[in-house]
Amino acid sequence: MPEANKQGPRTVTLRYFDGTRREAEIINQEVPYPDGKLIVSRTDTKGIITHVNRAFVEMSGYSKEELIGANHAILRHPDMPTVAFEDLWKTIESGKKWHGYVKNLRKDGCYYWVKATVIPNIRNGKLVGYTSVRRKPSRSKISESETLYATLM
Amino acid sequence: MTFNLTVSPDFAPSHISGWYYFNTWLQRQLDVGIHLELYDDFAQQREDLKNGSIDLIYANPYDASMLVRELGFKAVARPARRPDETVIVTLRSSDIHSVEDLKPGITVATTDDPDVHTMGMIMLEPADLDRSNINTRTVGGYVVVAKALLNGSADIGFFLKDAYEELSELVRKDLKVLVSSQISVIHHALLVGPKMQSHIPQLKEKLLTMGNNEKGAIVLENMGLSGWDPMSEEQTEFMIDLIDTLIPD
Ligand SMILES: Cc1cc2nc3c(=O)[nH]c(=O)nc-3n(C[C@H](O)[C@H](O)[C@H](O)COP(=O)(O)O)c2cc1C
Repeated sequence: MPEANKQGPRTVTLRYFDGTRREAEIINQEVPYPDGKLIVSRTDTKGIITHVNRAFVEMSGYSKEELIGANHAILRHPDMPTVAFEDLWKTIESGKKWHGYVKNLRKDGCYYWVKATVIPNIRNGKLVGYTSVRRKPSRSKISESETLYATLM
Repeated sequence: MTFNLTVSPDFAPSHISGWYYFNTWLQRQLDVGIHLELYDDFAQQREDLKNGSIDLIYANPYDASMLVRELGFKAVARPARRPDETVIVTLRSSDIHSVEDLKPGITVATTDDPDVHTMGMIMLEPADLDRSNINTRTVGGYVVVAKALLNGSADIGFFLKDAYEELSELVRKDLKVLVSSQISVIHHALLVGPKMQSHIPQLKEKLLTMGNNEKGAIVLENMGLSGWDPMSEEQTEFMIDLIDTLIPD
């Protein structure tokens, strides 16, 4: 894990793929994934959120109203390497299923790890959006991902 | 012409007669001949579905993808307030207190109920357990899963939550739930095959008002259902997409 992350709250500037940026406060505190739940969201073809379930609202710390219409990158954590999301988009845009471990940023600055699967939604042969379903990851997969992602930053 | 109705083989044995009453009720409501064919296992039922001999099915959510996307079935309704949830259970006296306490090499008692098995396996992932490092014993029903736990031939068991709750007090007092799924959007569905689709509007109307009269209400009670909720094409597609994300490649 990067050194800075071991200290208290810090403010970082998140830079997005589309050139926009926002300031976010990061707190090095994990919120454990709830047992037995799936966190579900759907987006349009551009990654704008169109649907979230209750577990998504509870874990992200945002209200449903704040989430619907927002870019999914609202959960982007600065410890996630850009290449992970490049791989995600390349995979789903080619019509395939993507799996990966993702560290997400909550509204309160804390984080949570998920095992995510994203699939394209095809209706009458046409791509209409994407669905992401997250489940509880094992501690060993989380530490493997932490190590791997640190080398990709 | 006579249509064929079938029920996902995971129905509770205590509700068999309910499905026969339902079949009689349906024939009167739609004024068509319907034959009810029940199966002991999913494999034989899937074969008959694929060769086109079934027109109406109360389907396991896991089979909905094949039925809708490959065989042209359409969802008309789902059971009200009856999501399919899965529980992982062990002996009450066991020193296992959470999924994370489980170790490779354990034996899992499960059934051929595909959605419960899939969810059970997903809920083992936090302990780094998968097909490759557990032993699976597939048995004929949830009562047998409970027996396997009680006689020590399995360490944990996967149950449909409703089936677990229907076990006798005497059995459950020696068992405990390690984890319970809370998904709420995966459920069985009544699906209509291509040959019967002209009956969909009438079928929908009859199902959604089924509990409003005494005869319908009695049939529902015998099926263990509280009523039917409408299910749109998009709700069906959404559930199928969701299940797709859970199925291992
Ligand atoms: C269905 C779907 C779900 C996504 N879920 C997340 C998520 O939970 N967290 C996240 O950081 N990015 C998620 N993304 C990826 C974001 O769209 C975005 O690519 C990422 O946050 C990186 O931001 P950037 O592409 O602007 O650099 C998801 C994308 C899709 C299509």
